[in-house]
Amino acid sequence: MTARTTTTVVIGGGQAGLAMSRCLTERSIDHVVLERGEVANSWRTERWDSLRLLTPNWQSRLPGFGYEGDDPDGYRTMPEIVAFLDRYAEVISAPIETNTTVTSLRSVDAGYLVSTDQGEWRCQTVVLASGACNIARVPALSEALPSEIATLDSMQYRNPEQLGPGGVMIVGASATGTQFADEIHRSGRPVTISVGEHIRAPRVYRGRDLEWWMDAAGILDERYDEIEDINRARKLPSLQLTGTPERTTLDLNALTATGVKLIGRFAGINDGKAQFSGSLRNQCAMSDLKMGRLLDTIDEWASENGLDGEVEVPHRLDPTDVEASPPLGMNLTSGEIKTIIWATGYRPDNSWLDMPVFDRKGRIRHDGGILDDAPGAYLMGIQFLRRRKSALLDGVGDDARDLCAHLAAYLDGQARANRGAAN
Amino acid sequence: MADNQTTANNGVNVQALLDARVALADAPEAAKFTWSASCEWKDGTFSESTVEGYFGLGENHKHKTVFKFDADHPAVFASEDRGATPVEYVLVGLASCLTAGIAAVAQNRDIQLRSVTSTLEGGMDIQGILGMDSDIRNGFDGIKVSYKIDADASQKDIEALVAQSQKRSAVYDIVTNPTNITVEVN
Repeated sequence: MTARTTTTVVIGGGQAGLAMSRCLTERSIDHVVLERGEVANSWRTERWDSLRLLTPNWQSRLPGFGYEGDDPDGYRTMPEIVAFLDRYAEVISAPIETNTTVTSLRSVDAGYLVSTDQGEWRCQTVVLASGACNIARVPALSEALPSEIATLDSMQYRNPEQLGPGGVMIVGASATGTQFADEIHRSGRPVTISVGEHIRAPRVYRGRDLEWWMDAAGILDERYDEIEDINRARKLPSLQLTGTPERTTLDLNALTATGVKLIGRFAGINDGKAQFSGSLRNQCAMSDLKMGRLLDTIDEWASENGLDGEVEVPHRLDPTDVEASPPLGMNLTSGEIKTIIWATGYRPDNSWLDMPVFDRKGRIRHDGGILDDAPGAYLMGIQFLRRRKSALLDGVGDDARDLCAHLAAYLDGQARANRGAAN
Repeated sequence: MADNQTTANNGVNVQALLDARVALADAPEAAKFTWSASCEWKDGTFSESTVEGYFGLGENHKHKTVFKFDADHPAVFASEDRGATPVEYVLVGLASCLTAGIAAVAQNRDIQLRSVTSTLEGGMDIQGILGMDSDIRNGFDGIKVSYKIDADASQKDIEALVAQSQKRSAVYDIVTNPTNITVEVN
């Protein structure tokens, strides 16, 4: 089968790929969006049942599209996210090829060859928008677990009914881990949560959604080339938030109030015994301090912008309550814990990317989404790609506009060079 | 921190550390260090340890001076108290590591330190080391560190300094997390 040809191939039909498609269409750049499943496939098939978006409904301003319902402050359920993105694809008439899995991307001549299970595409430019959360990260020490412990990772977990009776250990206390801990503990299974670095945040502050403050105060617009340590910013765990109709704050204090037990970072396994770090107190202290700084920034901004009379008065949350001597070990063969769930983050699947574009840690080398080693290739949808909001539904739009402008200029440059060569 | 005008001087060459971070990102092998100590039994519970050489940046190095450390146990252990106990050396290691970290982080954050003092307490039930009760561990059942810091910074910024220093401390990590130990007899 001969390769089909287009100017730009967008790999991935989630929010990032669709936003880019809309920007390309606006500039009349011929393109195709390749999607391994249906639109919003990760949302559709790879997340737990109760998950709601962590950002409120209004905060989904995509190029040429946005929220139109009557609950701007609510949080979308998974089916609602899928419906929203389906509708977006329809509204922008995205040229999308679904059920098309990319098997390889290579550079050829002055462009790229994209191989899929539905044939090949030749293109001058390519946009990698297949997402940052394709594979659940599971620490290597999981291999030393006693065989009687059942394990699930954050992409396998759907709901508590999946689990047998008995104690459950959740490893990881960011948004994913705290949500698992809460619903599993409520299902009657005693939960212990292993806590490493995490970022505590109130859902509502001074009467407004925390995301509203971060958006209004410009925190979400902070740029990748203006912050101190971008590598660190790209590795930061997700804010410890949850989206519920009650707009509750789900921090460690909320969990311990329901009876969830806190233990330190899962540090090792020795003779069937789990070992936990003695750093729990400092992890919580750091998180409390960080949250305090964020709220200080918000208060300062509110004062400067004359909001003090309009919103509730500033308040601070109680420090995270950690017991005097949290356990440092646990016998995993005693039957106290029956299931361990890894909520230790996600990573992208770039296994199909057959180009020397990776650093020694396997990350794609790029400058705000513009690949260092592949002219005309772009990356989207990862944490802090160009702005703090880059990984949010609300953040892909600005990135798509910036990168599409760069891509268009690149195509113009190529066209000029070709004309020059012809003369 | 908003302006780049550095005014604090805590005697830490932070620029050299930041430069090392950049250089080592391109040559991660050079970042592999091996720290060494040797120890000789003298008499009773008394031993003398020596620290002299270490390996790093791809080659062997020597301290400017050979450092000697006497360790023993006190009279209540029926020993002659010719040096600090080994567990006190652990406290010394933790204190000096955290304190060096505070100075470095303060320098990086342009915070002038005037005084930094700390006291450390490690609790221990000696029924463990005496083999009287196997439910009691040999080591510390907890360590309490109290800092007194006088610096040009708010209380919150000082707390953040101390928290960051724990996050970056080698000895804090060694004490809080398990480490594989291989002991050979030649």
